[in-house]
Amino acid sequence: MKIRLLDIAHSRSGDKGNTSNIGLIARRPEFYSTLVKHVTPERVKEHFAGVCLGKVERFELPNLSALNFLLYDSLDGGGTLSLRADPQGKTMGTALLRMEIEVEDTQ
Amino acid sequence: MIRIANGQGFWGDSPDAPLDQVRRGPIDYLTLDYLAEVTMSILQKQRSRDPEAGYARDFVDVIDRVLPDLLAKNIRLIANAGGLNPEACRRAVLAVAARQGLDVSVATVSGDDITNRLDEFLNRGVEFRNMDTGEPLSVIRNQVRSASVYFGAFPIAEALAGGAQIVITGRCADAALVLGPMIHEFGWRPDEWNKLAAGIVAGHAIECGAQGSGGNCQDDWQTIPALEDIGYPIVEAEPDGGFVITKHQGTGGRVSVASVTEQLVYEIGDPRAYLTPDCSADFTSFTLTQDGPDRVRCAGVHGGAATPSYKVSISYAAGYRAIGSVAYAWPDAYAKAEAGARILAARIERLGLELDAVHSELLGANACHGIAAAQPSPELAAQLPEVVMRFGVRSKNRAAVERFTKEIAPLVLSGPPSVTGLGAGRPKVEEVMAYWPALIPKHLVAPVVSVPQLVSQ
Repeated sequence: MKIRLLDIAHSRSGDKGNTSNIGLIARRPEFYSTLVKHVTPERVKEHFAGVCLGKVERFELPNLSALNFLLYDSLDGGGTLSLRADPQGKTMGTALLRMEIEVEDTQ
Repeated sequence: MIRIANGQGFWGDSPDAPLDQVRRGPIDYLTLDYLAEVTMSILQKQRSRDPEAGYARDFVDVIDRVLPDLLAKNIRLIANAGGLNPEACRRAVLAVAARQGLDVSVATVSGDDITNRLDEFLNRGVEFRNMDTGEPLSVIRNQVRSASVYFGAFPIAEALAGGAQIVITGRCADAALVLGPMIHEFGWRPDEWNKLAAGIVAGHAIECGAQGSGGNCQDDWQTIPALEDIGYPIVEAEPDGGFVITKHQGTGGRVSVASVTEQLVYEIGDPRAYLTPDCSADFTSFTLTQDGPDRVRCAGVHGGAATPSYKVSISYAAGYRAIGSVAYAWPDAYAKAEAGARILAARIERLGLELDAVHSELLGANACHGIAAAQPSPELAAQLPEVVMRFGVRSKNRAAVERFTKEIAPLVLSGPPSVTGLGAGRPKVEEVMAYWPALIPKHLVAPVVSVPQLVSQ
């Protein structure tokens, strides 16, 4: 079954210099393992192809049923330099929620 | 237990929030956060034009409104509004107090502004390597406009112990504004890592204002009540490091595990080692539980030793930019906007302008989510009622950016039809500041705490 991350998670994003920081939170604790399994750094890098020009790092926060992602070189130089409408990547969190993942029906 | 409130998440936040925090329920401390990465370079620009400027002027208006309540209720206020000029900020605050006939002890924490000491440190071998790129500061030394050290919470606690009603700091870690009163009230020592880390987690939960109490919250956002009357977050802190995040009763917004979690994962980097001047905090160590309506309890925070360095935030001039936009209406709004961007790019190319970056976006179609949003389907694109074409350039050469700003308006008469210039005129050329994060050994700089005694004492 194909689902969108929007169905099982919420998120908040911001910046540190030219790095985008996206926190991804499971809507229920039982969805956390699905996020861990499917939302890998590789998938995230692929999802933001053309936007994220550096590496993607992922950190696990099982206590908050959350993952934290750092997307390097992703903000067109950073908050003050960027020519984008969203120079600090505040909407990149919801961009991540567009991702579709294939899950077992039991998940 | 002490109550520490946040009444300002950034410079530009609601001018009424500080007043609501002191009037709509009990608090012991009010903290106001004015400084973001981009703020210091703006303050530097202001100070270079006027030696009495360089701090958050809005703060003085806030003081004018809250001071009688602060004194009547003995609420103590801590703000990093000093920016690059805490002394001038204090003079402005004291002038307000004098005008109101009130006597108030205002402390400053300074010593963080090392703009004029950079060469001294470079000569002593501090390279100020960029924490992201590894490059030494010498690459951009001549473009530097400001350099500020992030101090911690102990100088704030010292100012409070000295009897200050108001503490004005320059640059310090945002969460230090909240940790400072805990150290002062509970007598926490510099090596009580778990307690210090708990204060940092609490500070992080409220330092962005209403973003910690239901604002900008995605989880069931449509059901969050009365955002027009949102209550800013408050920490109820206990001496053992436990705390509750809440807000005043009768205000809008929501304090839930979901809304607090969104704020806790905001801009934290590696959650196991969230580094601050006072300790390292482990954001994977604690639990959050709902402890009644609009109350979230946090317990079990673990921390570790601080590092031997302070972070330094350096801003430097990085050229110029201009961004303009026009709006295209149905039919074919999307196709017209695409064509407008193409035409503009071709004209700029023909002019041979020396530009470092050229960027166009179609607002209303895919500007925010970029490639992740994918292109709208041809059917959807054809139906869009309007699309804004936003076009920007950046260059070290100001004249090239100036020349670009003259290209947008002509597009209204010479490009695709059914277009409006949004009445904005030519886009403005702005000087852009970039940000250079670096480190400095702690033993080379020291915070300066100044607590003048009241005249009446």
